[in-house]
Amino acid sequence: MRRFRFVATVLLVACLVMAVGFPAWAAKTIKIGVIGPMNFMQGKGHWNGATMAAEEINARGGLWVGKKKMKVELVKADSNEFLSITDATNAMELLLTRHKVDFLVGGFRTEAVLAMQDIAMDYKKIFIGCGAAHPELCTRVAEDYKRYKYWFRGTPFNSKYLVKTCFIHMATVGAILKRALNIPKVKVAIVAEKAVWVDPMIAAAKGFIPKMGMEVVGVWRPSAVATDVTAELSAIQRSGAHMIFTTFSSSVGIPFARQAGELKIPAAQVGINVEAQKDGFWEATQGMGNYVMTMNTYARGVETNDLTGPFVNRYIERFGEVPTYTADTYQVIIYNLAPVIEEAETLDADKLVAIIENREYVGPGGKVKYMKDAEGRHLHDLTWGPGYLTSLGVQWQDGKLKGVWPNRWKPSKDAPEITYRGIVPYKIAPWIIQEYKK
Amino acid sequence: MIADIIIGGLINGSVYALLAIGFSLIFGAARIVNLAHTAFYMVASYCIYFATHKMGIHPVLAMLVAIILVTLIGLICYKLFINPIREHEAAVLIATIALAMAMQEIMLLIFTGDFLSVPSLASGYLKIIGVKIAYQQLLTIGLALLILAGVWTLLKKTRLGLAIRSTADDREVANLMGMNESRVAMITMGVSVGLAAFAGAVVVPLAVVNPHMWMHPLIMMLAVVVLGGLGSLKGSFIGAYILGFAESLVVFLIPMGAFLKGSVALSIMILVLLIRPEGLFGVAFEEER
Repeated sequence: MRRFRFVATVLLVACLVMAVGFPAWAAKTIKIGVIGPMNFMQGKGHWNGATMAAEEINARGGLWVGKKKMKVELVKADSNEFLSITDATNAMELLLTRHKVDFLVGGFRTEAVLAMQDIAMDYKKIFIGCGAAHPELCTRVAEDYKRYKYWFRGTPFNSKYLVKTCFIHMATVGAILKRALNIPKVKVAIVAEKAVWVDPMIAAAKGFIPKMGMEVVGVWRPSAVATDVTAELSAIQRSGAHMIFTTFSSSVGIPFARQAGELKIPAAQVGINVEAQKDGFWEATQGMGNYVMTMNTYARGVETNDLTGPFVNRYIERFGEVPTYTADTYQVIIYNLAPVIEEAETLDADKLVAIIENREYVGPGGKVKYMKDAEGRHLHDLTWGPGYLTSLGVQWQDGKLKGVWPNRWKPSKDAPEITYRGIVPYKIAPWIIQEYKK
Repeated sequence: MIADIIIGGLINGSVYALLAIGFSLIFGAARIVNLAHTAFYMVASYCIYFATHKMGIHPVLAMLVAIILVTLIGLICYKLFINPIREHEAAVLIATIALAMAMQEIMLLIFTGDFLSVPSLASGYLKIIGVKIAYQQLLTIGLALLILAGVWTLLKKTRLGLAIRSTADDREVANLMGMNESRVAMITMGVSVGLAAFAGAVVVPLAVVNPHMWMHPLIMMLAVVVLGGLGSLKGSFIGAYILGFAESLVVFLIPMGAFLKGSVALSIMILVLLIRPEGLFGVAFEEER
């Protein structure tokens, strides 16, 4: 009897091991884990972009991995990273241990992505970030290549270039204000949410804005989830600012724009306001977000290259809204992972890394090339600049999000002017004109 | 700048006062620490959003419907989850926080985490001593004062108020005098949740509607009622304005540390408690009763 029990136990354990292990050894699909805050627009963007990519790949029968054609299977993981970094790391562990994914895309909040990155590296899985901007994520690759080489930035470019692009936007709008309103020296208020990704941007802004011939009148740092910023707005108005350099990735972007519009604060908002990149921004601010300008990746009717228009139109058709930058999971899967897997004829992460880091490709957002640092070490960070990724400057104009930059942009003295298809002129809010027009 | 600080403080304080009064009322009358109080405020905000955006109902009508609906939900929750465990204070704390989280998850499931908003009852602004104040904010200040006056009148001038005060003073004696203590507690709960819904209706045009919008107000409201003295309406009102002014001061004096305004307000509460553990009006309220 004892012997029978022993054999039965062994058989049961064997059955359990087989049942749990079955998905791994019987896998006929390429599993891509899509991780992000799925109840928020950032996570929805991750998922929608990846869904479109998977549908396109599977519609043509899948990807050739050597002699085998494999379909793409997406695994959705809610990181809940706005509220809990522990939830994010748990979701990442689940993707890697339970679902045994081959690749990872997504992530949004730098604080959470840094932790998720470590887990992905422990399992030696390629993780392409589609949301976090802090340079540290890529500096780690250069400093400890052996461990962090599986990390790549997919979107956006790092905060150093984000701020550089913002400076160009500020210089553009500053010149327009100066010319139209005869303002001798444009005063700038820096308003940045309290978050890690913003810290390097504030330091850069404080140093560089005076070099652009403008004056910094103060720095305000509301909470990322503040719902009332009228005190900050009153202080900004008192400071005499003509322009507000905003850096918001969270909900504070809505009350800030809404209350500034409601109180007709005579200062042009330029910078980053992730909420203003969404179609729902107009409704969320009850139309008070008019004339807010933000950096963005896509806009209706604006084409960076020939791939942009078809992608944006298909996305709108499928999901009923313009893609935000986290939807670049599409670009990352279709134009990066897929061709690399077919070229390498394997899912082996080490072999794929060697191809990805030396490859250039064009996607709907622009041309992608991975950078090296000053010492020639791989960073796996995105190259910024004319001919590569530049992003867009978009402005809310009477209920429509219009592309306003690059508009006859000259990156250097001798460089040709750059204007993307579909760009329209920037508009100054009437209450700013009323306040300053002499 | 002083004018900015005063007006900013008045606005912040009024929002906190609106929330704290209802919370303080149910604690003072029935000794129920309802941690789901601001979750009812959140549910009211979503009701108003749904009614105005999805059903096209006029905002004022939507607000009335939301207040009634949320009050009913509050009463059902009281009957099902709070009343059976009322005698066990720790259990009530856990049950109400669980209730709040359940409401948050339900809203997250229905509306996702998108940041939403509802239209203002009065758009535009007024300039007072060079400071721009939105009409909606003025309305909030006015309604906060009106509500306090209303609650005060209810407690001091009506038979229901007398019953509430009696049961708060001594439950057993009130029972012996023929008052249905359980019913009085339920009515008080209804008034309290109604006030939370009312606060939601007034404040929501100034806020961003999302499933987590109840958390920060809960912390601030607890700070307000602890600072003012648990159960004291007068204390809650004054505490709300103290913290409101503290927040406003931080924004104007330390712009780089504007995100610290909540922490500074909580530090003031701790400081007051170190000097006066019962809060500013804790003892006075006990004596009044």
